[in-house]
Amino acid sequence: MLFLLQDGITNGAIYALLGLALVLVFAVTRVILIPQGEFVTYGALTYASLASGQMPGTAKLALAMGITACAFDLFAARNRLHGRLILRTVLANVVLPAIVLALTIYFAAQKPPVAVCIALSLVIVAMIGLYLYRIVFQPLAHTSVLVLLIASVGTHLALQGLGLLFFGAEGQRGPAVLSGAFTAGSLRFTGQSLTVYGITIAFIVGLWLFFGLTLYGKALRATAVNRLGARLAGIRTTLSGQIAFLLASVIGALSGIMIVPITTLYYDSGFLIGLKGFVAAIIGGLVSYPLTAVAALFVGIVEAFSSFYASNYKEVIVFMLLIPVLLLRSLAAPAVEEEKD
Amino acid sequence: MQSRLPILVFALVMAAIPFVPGMPPFWIVLLDNIGLAALVAMGLVLLTGVGGLTSFGQAAFVGFGAYTTALLTTAYGLSPWLTLPLSLLVSGLLAVLLGLVTVRLSGHYLPLGTLAWGLGLFYLFSKLEFLGRNDGISAIPPLSIGSFKMLSPGSIYFAIWVAVILSALLTMNLLDSRTGRAIRALRRGHVAAEAFGVHTPRAKLLVFIHAAVLAGLSGWLYAHLQRAVNPTPFGAQAGIEYLFIAVVGGAGYVWGGVLGAAIVVILKEVLQSYLPLILPGSGQVETIVFGIMLVALLQLAPGGVWPWLMSFLPERSGGKKPDTSLKLETRPRSPGQSNILLHVEKARKQFGGVVAVNNVSFDVQAREIVALIGPNGAGKSTTFNLITGVLSATSGSISVLGSKVDRAPPQEIVKLGISRTFQHVKLVPDMTVLENVAIGAHLRGQSGPLASMLRLDRADEAKLLAEAARQIERVGLAGQMHHLAGSLSLGQQRIVEIARALCVDPMLLLLDEPAAGLRHMEKQQLAKLLRDLRDGGMSVLLVEHDMGFVMNLADRIVVLDFGTKIAEGTPATIKTNPEVIKAYLGVAA
Repeated sequence: MLFLLQDGITNGAIYALLGLALVLVFAVTRVILIPQGEFVTYGALTYASLASGQMPGTAKLALAMGITACAFDLFAARNRLHGRLILRTVLANVVLPAIVLALTIYFAAQKPPVAVCIALSLVIVAMIGLYLYRIVFQPLAHTSVLVLLIASVGTHLALQGLGLLFFGAEGQRGPAVLSGAFTAGSLRFTGQSLTVYGITIAFIVGLWLFFGLTLYGKALRATAVNRLGARLAGIRTTLSGQIAFLLASVIGALSGIMIVPITTLYYDSGFLIGLKGFVAAIIGGLVSYPLTAVAALFVGIVEAFSSFYASNYKEVIVFMLLIPVLLLRSLAAPAVEEEKD
Repeated sequence: MQSRLPILVFALVMAAIPFVPGMPPFWIVLLDNIGLAALVAMGLVLLTGVGGLTSFGQAAFVGFGAYTTALLTTAYGLSPWLTLPLSLLVSGLLAVLLGLVTVRLSGHYLPLGTLAWGLGLFYLFSKLEFLGRNDGISAIPPLSIGSFKMLSPGSIYFAIWVAVILSALLTMNLLDSRTGRAIRALRRGHVAAEAFGVHTPRAKLLVFIHAAVLAGLSGWLYAHLQRAVNPTPFGAQAGIEYLFIAVVGGAGYVWGGVLGAAIVVILKEVLQSYLPLILPGSGQVETIVFGIMLVALLQLAPGGVWPWLMSFLPERSGGKKPDTSLKLETRPRSPGQSNILLHVEKARKQFGGVVAVNNVSFDVQAREIVALIGPNGAGKSTTFNLITGVLSATSGSISVLGSKVDRAPPQEIVKLGISRTFQHVKLVPDMTVLENVAIGAHLRGQSGPLASMLRLDRADEAKLLAEAARQIERVGLAGQMHHLAGSLSLGQQRIVEIARALCVDPMLLLLDEPAAGLRHMEKQQLAKLLRDLRDGGMSVLLVEHDMGFVMNLADRIVVLDFGTKIAEGTPATIKTNPEVIKAYLGVAA
């Protein structure tokens, strides 16, 4: 029993992180980020590839997307180009990923230590997240939630296809971030699971501090509440979107790096993992961070127990869990006037 | 009413295609697939594009249709024709169950909720023993008429496209009706629709069922085309793809669904067969290109391809004027001059600590124009919302003709003969003025969705449109009857709202700032209209800021300030009331 609970909490912590990222992105940009799962697999598989001395294709993708983003930037600013702007966008979108690509090629050849693998994977996925916002979602920022959602689905399809191209259909596992283990009573705590708990808690506290205390955090919240109002107050909504995507991709990649030593991940595993984060995010109402975290733990525990007692119906139970939740929500909060499109 | 000619031509072309000599059989298979996808997309057009409810779960309903017929024809040996109604019934019943849970969710909960149960049902299909788990069910009998068995893709082709064209016709009929107008009003929020008696949760459930039944029909056809079913085509990916089809085609248009299906099915096929020639060696390139093209398409044409194509056609002049000689039954009026229509007694509304309306009492008598005035934030619109049931009062009571209506929803209030306009115009911009106004007569028609689909509603419909046209003429907008409401100026849109409110055949008309945005001449016309209405036996309660307009028009004025009534009387006494002057100018003059 207890080991199931422990297993559930470990999974739940990951779902909590993903749920937080989804809430963050939705609140700021109104994008329901289906490709969140791809950030997870990209992070995990980039890490695993590097650790086994292979060259991950994601580094090249980052450079390609950076060049595209740079082209978008230059095209959008074609009537007011000046030297500093060009320099800045080229540095951020082309030079940076090129340097990272060079580093990746250099390190991949010589089986780098775990810390280097983690750092490189995080930077690569973070860049992909950032450029993704510039290429796909920034031009669509004014459209309806539905259009953003469909674009999000398209992105998911493309990234998942690229994932197969980069990592093949075989699953991979990576080395533990923190090896070693100790036993307390009947439970065995691995260094890996402790890392998961630690990072999850750190992120929840970090996000809470970021949104509560910093000016950027407040700007992000303001953007979430009223885009136009935020712009009038001098907040660059584009910057808010970039920060949200950056955070989401880092969170996704980190989650991936944390689970890939525990379970084998395939190029398409991210979708389901991300969706379970969704279930948590929906239970949390897409607005509340603490509620999402609690809901995610709940989802993880339900999943652990149902995979033990009714493994065939594991996914059915997890997704159907949502129906009573939605029912309660719809009874508790009668529909308010919907947004206009 | 749209011309049926293009549809007939389309049907004939589709019927002729299989007989074209040298037609590759592979193309027929493609057309079969297009037809199947088009059915589901058509349901989504109604659900998402028209009704504003986004669903990722339609693939699950396709699965219900397919599995129902697969199970019943193989395990129980029923005829496929017998399982057709059963497949539709199963899809429809499950839509009621899932719909009751989901359609009340607003905004983004809805798509996510449908995504979740879509996935859950997919896993259920793949785990249930009696549905064959991941292997599914095979050896499903083909459709047959007499001894003719539809074994080839070329023979079931006709069944599929008959289904598509019939469904399109029924769906278009539904949209062009009393029920259809209620559905089309959903996307703009529920307050306006409910103010005219539309039961919005029921209307949402209706489109949900309609979309599910179309998906079930597609599933039934699919099962007999493939003659085997397995869970894969009913998963989340498929659900997403259907929505994608609807959006690509143009999510507000029935034929957009068909066009979108054609574009997506053909595009996927082309990508699958030609991309490996250009970029050999990888199996997933088409998914990547597909995803990228999808994003590019959305950035270039977020409205979809169908409206973009339609914009090249010459503008067709609007429909013909309805025959205004047809009459609807009118409300029986109680005789007598001095009875009290509306009685507000110590009405109070608190939002948390803010008292928006503070124990306000006043009456509206028959044949009387009463104006409710006061500075901004005085609680005038909140009072309107209390009277019309949009908000319920914290305390106090509101009665109409002596009976209390405190907790009545807006749909009940309008039945009593109280209709309203809104401070912020709530029209459906992509519907014509005539259609918008006809929503006002919603409660005076009887035809339900089935009658509308089968066009049994025409007599009823003609009367509703005649009434709408009459009220449009009455407010002086006859020239704009067939224009889209969104193309009118804001002042004209307010007048359209008055025509819509008049369609209720009201005893009491509540107007929220009707003269805002009108020019001087238009204001005079409006004042004359309101006087005529009063002389015809109607009462009017209006909120207005234009003092000249109010003073010349109103029989009585009630003044609110910070939620409290500070004065009541004839225009002459109000003009000299020191309290009122203080409220407006800040100091006692």
